[in-house]
Amino acid sequence: MSEPILTATGMSKYFGGLTAVDSVDFAIYPGEVVALLGDNGAGKSTLIKCISGVYRPEHGRVTFNGEDITSHAPADIRSRGIETIYQDLALAENLDVGANVFLGKEKTRRLFGLIPVTDDSYMREEASSALDELDIHIPSLKQRLVNLSGGQRQAVAIARAMYWNAKLVIMDEPTAALGVPEQRKVLALIRSLREQNIPVILISHTMHDVMAVADRMVVMRRGRIVANIQRADASEELIVKHIVGTADNGGSAVMI
Amino acid sequence: MGLKAKLGDAQRQTLINSRYIDFLTKSWSYLFLLALVVYFSVTGTGFFSVRNFSSILTTSTLIMLMSIGQTYVVITAGIDLSIGWTVGLSSVTTARVMRDLADSGNDVAYAMLAGVFAGLLVALIPGLINGLLVARVKVPPFIATLGMFGIVRGAAFLLTDGQQVVRGLSSELRESLRMIGNGSLLYYIPDDGFHWFALPPDLAPQQLRVVSQLLPYPVIITALVVIVFAFILARTKFGRHTYVIGGSEEAARRSGINVDRHLVIIYVICGFTAGIAGVLHLFRFTAGAPQAGEAALLSSVAAVVIGGTNLFGGEGDIMGAVIGSLIIAVLQTGLVILNIDSIWQFIVVGIVIIIAVLVNQLQNALERMQANV
Repeated sequence: MSEPILTATGMSKYFGGLTAVDSVDFAIYPGEVVALLGDNGAGKSTLIKCISGVYRPEHGRVTFNGEDITSHAPADIRSRGIETIYQDLALAENLDVGANVFLGKEKTRRLFGLIPVTDDSYMREEASSALDELDIHIPSLKQRLVNLSGGQRQAVAIARAMYWNAKLVIMDEPTAALGVPEQRKVLALIRSLREQNIPVILISHTMHDVMAVADRMVVMRRGRIVANIQRADASEELIVKHIVGTADNGGSAVMI
Repeated sequence: MGLKAKLGDAQRQTLINSRYIDFLTKSWSYLFLLALVVYFSVTGTGFFSVRNFSSILTTSTLIMLMSIGQTYVVITAGIDLSIGWTVGLSSVTTARVMRDLADSGNDVAYAMLAGVFAGLLVALIPGLINGLLVARVKVPPFIATLGMFGIVRGAAFLLTDGQQVVRGLSSELRESLRMIGNGSLLYYIPDDGFHWFALPPDLAPQQLRVVSQLLPYPVIITALVVIVFAFILARTKFGRHTYVIGGSEEAARRSGINVDRHLVIIYVICGFTAGIAGVLHLFRFTAGAPQAGEAALLSSVAAVVIGGTNLFGGEGDIMGAVIGSLIIAVLQTGLVILNIDSIWQFIVVGIVIIIAVLVNQLQNALERMQANV
């Protein structure tokens, strides 16, 4: 494979006496879907937050496209193209799809060539084509998000990330709150991100999702990466063993 | 729309019914206002007249101005309980500055201008402190503004040395205040015609009694404030961000909106429109009164809620607050004309508030239903 788009080396993060992330090395390549697995408290979310700038790691270095972005502000990291989609999606559910795709970056036009006003029809059209690109259909774009399904909202969050040229998408439990058909839709979205050569880091507890879309599985336990398994070598059983810590040191898994 | 073609008659009927309900829930406050006006016009002698309507509009300006800023605050899921006394503080400050400047030999026009400026400026202070407490210190809006309620009330009374009004306004000053506060851009005298800016001198008493103010200055000023702030809320980026914060403060923060600064500005706006209300109150009644806006506070919240603004934030608009204020003003005047004890006004307004909230819930439920058709 080519150069990794993002590398995190020697990452450590402590909370008081607790070591949440312990000298972790992690990398992701263009067009790769990497599942980040582990039990609660294994350090997945902390690692992700160290990458997205929410936390500052005590040790370690994060580079993105060859540039050092360690401990940069979250906004700066976002503007470089690392989009994190949290479980709560960070959407304004009282507003429509256009407003949400352009949240905080509203397009304005000048009324009478003078007063800047929000250009709602432009935003709605752009949002519509962003959704089309992901092959998502929302009946009425004027609909407020509160009236959309969980999967549709997830799609809006992804469309927003895509619209603003995400180069790496991090998703935290994207299917956790969804029904089965909606889960399928989200997995399809992840695949379409990969087709557009956008790598995805997927935090998930759902083994089925992971097996369905991930190219590589990284398992964390007690702040360390304990397994790094290519799709071809993976089985649910093997992954579960690594998660709970009963895997033997042989087998097909690559131990770190 | 292929789906709709497949719908059976019964389903189609349901869809049409829900469309009626949809229309009713969205515009019920307009219809209710219309119904009130029609009812009072039919039953109350003298209600249906230009003179009375202009008086209702003038009455409504106090609540309306307060409810404009309140709408912004409520959309961010906050509330400002202090503005009732901000109105008073502003009224008292304006009166004192005008009096003191005029008494020390300054030109009355200059004294009035400086007074207005001071009254508007002083109203920003409680707003600023409210905003800082809510945004930076994370004090719940209810508590922060309740504290400010007491502080501003005290400050207003300190400025009058505990009196109900600022004493010692010269008659020249009062006359000048009255010219604007009770004046009109355009008058109409039956059998005589239209007059701009002022009534002709030496008008007979019987003519004076039938003069209609077509464009009272307080109404014009309030209309301008309504237009400006309705425009900002509905059309600008600032307005959009207000809704975003009301929908999800977390989403607003993560999308890079400076939520703290935005909230501070919003509470300052709320103080500002209350300040305008205070200054206008002084112009109308020519007496700086600390308790000028006391009774209007809850009415302003009522107007906001009646207008469909959600107390949990995220939805609402200025037009709603305008309609809400008019409903309250029409009720006040109408009940008086019908010779019904004006205490009933409280009961009716109370019922209307509850209806408003129920309708709002119904509307949201309906919207969800339609989205899932």
